Amino acid sequence: MTLADPQAIAAFDAASPAAARKPAPTPQSRAARSRQTGLLALSWVAPVLLLLVWEALCRSGYVAPQILPAPSKVALTAWKLASTGSLFHDLGVSLLRAATGFAIGGLIGFSLGVLVGFSPLAEAAIDRSVQMIRAVPFLAALPLTIIWFGVGEGQKMFLVSLGVVFPIYINTVLGIRQVDPKLLELARVQGLSGWTTIRRIILPGALPSILTGVRYALAVAWLALVVAETVGAQAGLGFLAMDAREFLRTDVIVLTIVIYALIGAGSDSIARLLERRLLRWHPNFGGSGR
Amino acid sequence: MSLSVIPTKPAVLVRGLVRRYGERTVIDGLDLAIAHGEFVALLGESGCGKTTLLRALSGLDPIDGGSVKAPRRPAVVFQEHRLLPWDSLWRNVSLGLPADGARDRAAAALAEVGLGDRLDDWPRNLSGGQAQRVALARALVQQPELLLLDEPFAALDALTRLRMHALVKELIARHRPGVLLVTHDVDEAVALADRVLLMRDGAIAYERRLSSAASPQSVREELLAELGVAPPPRAPAFTSPSSHSVV
Ligand SMILES: Nc1ncnc2c1ncn2[C@@H]1O[C@H](COP(=O)(O)OP(=O)(O)O)[C@@H](O)[C@H]1O
Ligand SMILES: [Mg+2]
Repeated sequence: MTLADPQAIAAFDAASPAAARKPAPTPQSRAARSRQTGLLALSWVAPVLLLLVWEALCRSGYVAPQILPAPSKVALTAWKLASTGSLFHDLGVSLLRAATGFAIGGLIGFSLGVLVGFSPLAEAAIDRSVQMIRAVPFLAALPLTIIWFGVGEGQKMFLVSLGVVFPIYINTVLGIRQVDPKLLELARVQGLSGWTTIRRIILPGALPSILTGVRYALAVAWLALVVAETVGAQAGLGFLAMDAREFLRTDVIVLTIVIYALIGAGSDSIARLLERRLLRWHPNFGGSGR
Repeated sequence: MSLSVIPTKPAVLVRGLVRRYGERTVIDGLDLAIAHGEFVALLGESGCGKTTLLRALSGLDPIDGGSVKAPRRPAVVFQEHRLLPWDSLWRNVSLGLPADGARDRAAAALAEVGLGDRLDDWPRNLSGGQAQRVALARALVQQPELLLLDEPFAALDALTRLRMHALVKELIARHRPGVLLVTHDVDEAVALADRVLLMRDGAIAYERRLSSAASPQSVREELLAELGVAPPPRAPAFTSPSSHSVV
């Protein structure tokens, strides 16, 4: 699990005493910081250079535009599609599919996870079946989903849900199992009811694990969406790409790829933000503190 | 103070308690009475069954024989603080209280242990001693008839432990619950308790009421002797007059 940069954490956690107790900068730490800035700059030089080489290769004609368009051409296409509004329409359609699929799959995975986490009976009844289905790469079910749902919205949401269920399920069960038995003993000593124990102790204790599942499920959701959309759709980013393929519009195809990447990165940072919000008590996420 | 407490209407009454783990009988016919508001310390070698007894009293574990009469819900402070890391201090202290006025009661309890300005802080920002003080506040805010303490200061450094002794003494004097303090520190027992019990072979083997008449030093030596530890020689050159533990 990557930690966000320390500055962001310090700003986030500004109320904590540790943030206030920052040592004064010494010459040495200043040197270290300028070295870090240098490294940070260097880490950006390489990708920018790569982009420039790509641009140069396309402009000089070494790479035909039907094979790979110049980055500038992709940017131009993005601008055009955005100004007609069609790009946002397709983006919206894709996002809605992903969100609905994620919500459905997440709810099912969480419910099953809670059930199995709490009840040995439910575990005996459910767990082995789920584990067996999980062993199947869920994308292999694609042809089957097309027969069941056609290539409509239902098929896409189903595939996304299917991919999301398992990481959420597994991490929910794991999280509930990992709750410290000493805290459960405390719940008995304090006379907590069953429901209060779940709400105050078990679910918060399971939350780090559940959020790990959410993060993983987000990545899976995007993979499922790309595959489902590419096979057949009347709208959405995948449709945009497949439509462009007919006309060898590699600029549009590359644009959709870039957008998929951006959305993937965006959803990951949302998940990270969620972790830092909900787990600010946790030394690994909340930053400073002993 | 101890003499004013007469065990006529005990808060705790244990008769012939038996507790086994598998084949092993850890507690074997133990009798114990604790009066209301009495502070009892329980000494004994590590592994002799002190925690087992305390768990039986708290209702956490079942018993295999005899009878235990104790308040329905005694408050317990464990050796580890067992604070919920995801809850602020006041939420931790109010765990189990009715929601109405919970924050105010928690605030008052935290103020009593000297942490009144840390209501919204996280447990991870506390030192070991502070965390144990919060655990103490969480126990006392329940206004228990019986307070069970299982070596709550064992993990603290010597200086912090002494401060905790003073604090506990003050708080117990104010709230007057019956107290059973499990400890392996003879000095701690002598400093805090009205009565000291010694556990051996699954039963109470020795009992000593502390009165203002007996000097703490002589009581201490008596208890150490009973535990099979020779009292230290008088004024040794390089030994500090620190506490003597039975481990
Ligand atoms: N859950 C358990 N299962 C089996 N044996 C146990 C268990 N808990 C404690 N014991 C045994 O019971 C004896 C008394 O333990 P304990 O009450 O924890 O001792 P103390 O608190 O006096 O150090 C020890 O020998 C220990 O090994
Ligand atoms: Mg013990």
